[in-house]
Amino acid sequence: MSTVVAELPQAPSESRPNYLTANYGLKSWLLTTDHKRIALLYLVSITFMFAVGGIAAVMMRIQLIQPQGAIVEPETYNKLFSIHGIVMVFFFLVPSIPATLGNFLIPMMIGARDVAFPKLNLLSWYLYITGSLVLLWAILSGGVDTGWTFYPPYSSTYSHTHVVAAGMAIFIAGFSSILTGLNFIVTIHKMRAPGMTWFRMPLFLWSMYATSIIFILGTPVVAITLFLMVLERLFHVGIFDPAVGGDPLLFQHLFWFYSHPAVYIMILPGMGVVSELITAFSKKRVFGYTAIAYSSMAIALLSFLVWGHHMFVTGQSVYTSLIFSVLSFAVAIPSAIKVFNWTATLYKGSISYEAPMLYALGFIGLFTMGGLTGLFLASLSTDVHLNGTYFIVAHFHYIMVGGAVMAFMGGIHYWWPKMTGRLYPDLWARLAAMIIFIGFNLTFFPQFVMGYLGMPRRYAVYPPEFQTLNVMSSAGASILGVGYVIPLIYLIWSFFYGPAAGPNPFGATGLEWKTPSPPPTENFEEIPVVTEEAYNYPGKKAVVGV
Amino acid sequence: MIHFAQQGLNSAAALAALIPLHPPTASNVAGQVDQVFYFLTFITVFFSVLIFGCIFYFMIKYRRRSEDDLPEQIHGSLPLEVIWTVIPSIICAVIFVWSSYLYVRNARPPKNATDIYVIGKQWMWHIQHPEGPREIDALHIPVNQSIKLTMTSQDVIHAFYIPAFRVKKSVLPGSYNEIWFTPDKVGKFHLYCTEYCGAGHSKMIGWVYVMSQRDYTAWLDGQMKDQSMAQEGARLFAQLGCSTCHGANGTGQGPSLAGMYGKPETLKDGSTRIVDESLIRQAIITPNSVLLPKYPPIMPTFQGQVNELQVLQLMAYIKSLGTEERTSKQ
Repeated sequence: MSTVVAELPQAPSESRPNYLTANYGLKSWLLTTDHKRIALLYLVSITFMFAVGGIAAVMMRIQLIQPQGAIVEPETYNKLFSIHGIVMVFFFLVPSIPATLGNFLIPMMIGARDVAFPKLNLLSWYLYITGSLVLLWAILSGGVDTGWTFYPPYSSTYSHTHVVAAGMAIFIAGFSSILTGLNFIVTIHKMRAPGMTWFRMPLFLWSMYATSIIFILGTPVVAITLFLMVLERLFHVGIFDPAVGGDPLLFQHLFWFYSHPAVYIMILPGMGVVSELITAFSKKRVFGYTAIAYSSMAIALLSFLVWGHHMFVTGQSVYTSLIFSVLSFAVAIPSAIKVFNWTATLYKGSISYEAPMLYALGFIGLFTMGGLTGLFLASLSTDVHLNGTYFIVAHFHYIMVGGAVMAFMGGIHYWWPKMTGRLYPDLWARLAAMIIFIGFNLTFFPQFVMGYLGMPRRYAVYPPEFQTLNVMSSAGASILGVGYVIPLIYLIWSFFYGPAAGPNPFGATGLEWKTPSPPPTENFEEIPVVTEEAYNYPGKKAVVGV
Repeated sequence: MIHFAQQGLNSAAALAALIPLHPPTASNVAGQVDQVFYFLTFITVFFSVLIFGCIFYFMIKYRRRSEDDLPEQIHGSLPLEVIWTVIPSIICAVIFVWSSYLYVRNARPPKNATDIYVIGKQWMWHIQHPEGPREIDALHIPVNQSIKLTMTSQDVIHAFYIPAFRVKKSVLPGSYNEIWFTPDKVGKFHLYCTEYCGAGHSKMIGWVYVMSQRDYTAWLDGQMKDQSMAQEGARLFAQLGCSTCHGANGTGQGPSLAGMYGKPETLKDGSTRIVDESLIRQAIITPNSVLLPKYPPIMPTFQGQVNELQVLQLMAYIKSLGTEERTSKQ
């Protein structure tokens, strides 16, 4: 807070054009190959999709205030949770941090002028937009009611909704992820500035690298799986539906082979963001750099070996379940290591509490709870009881909203001055962060209890004994909704009217802070030469450790 | 003041009554699963409090007091990294072994379990007792008797879930899944579908009635209006023409089925399989996939001609042949 005020007087560099003022007009945006402009295109598009998914969530929570359903018929409710899931997972969470912050920051953090394949980068955005438009068409022309998981034979044979369009929308958007992942991997390998060795890279880059690997290895699998489902639906090719000779569990294996790693696509970038925020606001070198870097890679690799924990109650063999259970416990360890290292980074720091830091601290706490409740589901006998109930819903919202969305919000607030060159009102930002934290917990904590009591998920109507907990959850959701609207308002205000930020309002390290805000199109006048490790904050003494 | 405190206590008690925190416990495994659950809850609370506590403590203790406040730059600590890798690993290993032990021990139903059949269809549970009674969205069972459910679906994937028993399993089209449990409390308990199955998913619910042995017998007698599953099966066996080839004396074109159930059988492709529910179902729906040596592949498929209930009835009949003397071409 005081930092921001102290550095305000720095003159905004209005004299030379930056990437926002380099040229004007719709065409200059729609045909741009500048990674920073593409990041903003993504930011606007995913914010819109977040609103679509959010409206569906609001209607769901209103419906569930009453056991018999408050506003819509079950058919409509089923469409609402399907739209919410599909939009939030495939069109918000998966691209959220990689496509916005990743696109903007990867070249800047490694000291490059752009990503390796700028045109491919723009193509990614067009693929995302095409997928989004197909999905929006499917929603507006009647919707889809399969859930985001598209389990056949319901999806391939029985549903009467726009399954084909929704499946193809994800198929198309999947290529956007693949191309983004490819672009990032090549960029990080080939375009680092002189002196930027792998172990001098900010941890955000390690997490983006790990995420990109999952993009490339996992996304093709889900794209093909949904395509096979569409084939079965359109041409009755027997793949998944036993009535035409298929195997319904085959779909689940293929689907979760991607969709469990996809959880880490959503959370790994958040972990990267949090590593940046914690260090910047405690003015401190990260505790255990190598441990955090390697744990990102460990998570990326292990994430491909745990899909069977979604299928403990499907009748898969006991031995299969045992192996998937032990591997699922194993993937918890690198996540625990990260949490401990972030917490230790605060130790003896010089901590300030601007809005991004509040989001980062909220992330650590909520991710810890989300991760620990995951153990209930890795454990076989408890999973049998909790699978398919609201416990699952609560668990993954702690990871995806408490984790990924908190990190996204924190990251947007941290790099906003860099992206726009302008400041936002920090008081409002901190207020919004706290409203989101409180609203989130009130929304999702009761769902753990509901799940343990046995309330199944995806129920449009429910037995009356669950009403109190559902009302609490809906009340929390209304607070959470307010928390998300406030930043939308002040950030839009800030974009046009906010005071100039200066190149480094938070006094952070990292190459992105060594160039003007907003940066010029070419990022750096001269390619920087890196001579120090990441997070080299001034300090009393350096104790040598890991 | 005391009045207000009293009022506050009363409303707190009223709230606690409104929010149940514990599901009913009514089977042999429920208590054991809950022990794992509570241990996990303890671990979760412990580490959450630890992390939140450290964060709050550091937030206050190390808040930035002035701009020249320089922190101590610590790179890390190998001993700490080892400690917080090893301790969570040990905790995870303990939970894994404990929880898996329960899961494996409860994987196989006991030999004396009572068979009941479940067919899921959009959007109802069809329960079939071997003695004949059929129920929709209700399951009557005797207390302290192990029950084995053999379940299949007529359309999409469902999942059969009784929270009070802590049991759940997918109900798949095209194959059988089993669960078993021993209810240990008399009462009425929720039964849910927990795999999304379409418009009526949230209405695909019902009740499990656990009754004393005497009440159960009385209930069963009161229901005895239909024939038993095996009798129905025998009627179908004749009506569908199965008996033409699968004659009891083994003179038909196919093998006699008497005494076949539960025995291993070597198939034409060389593999050996136990003749169980899945194999019988496969033999009826896709006969050419389970050919026996010495018999010509001439059996027609009955896919689409028999529904899942009829398959189960045929199966009950074939099982009932188990006691008879087996005579065949071999």
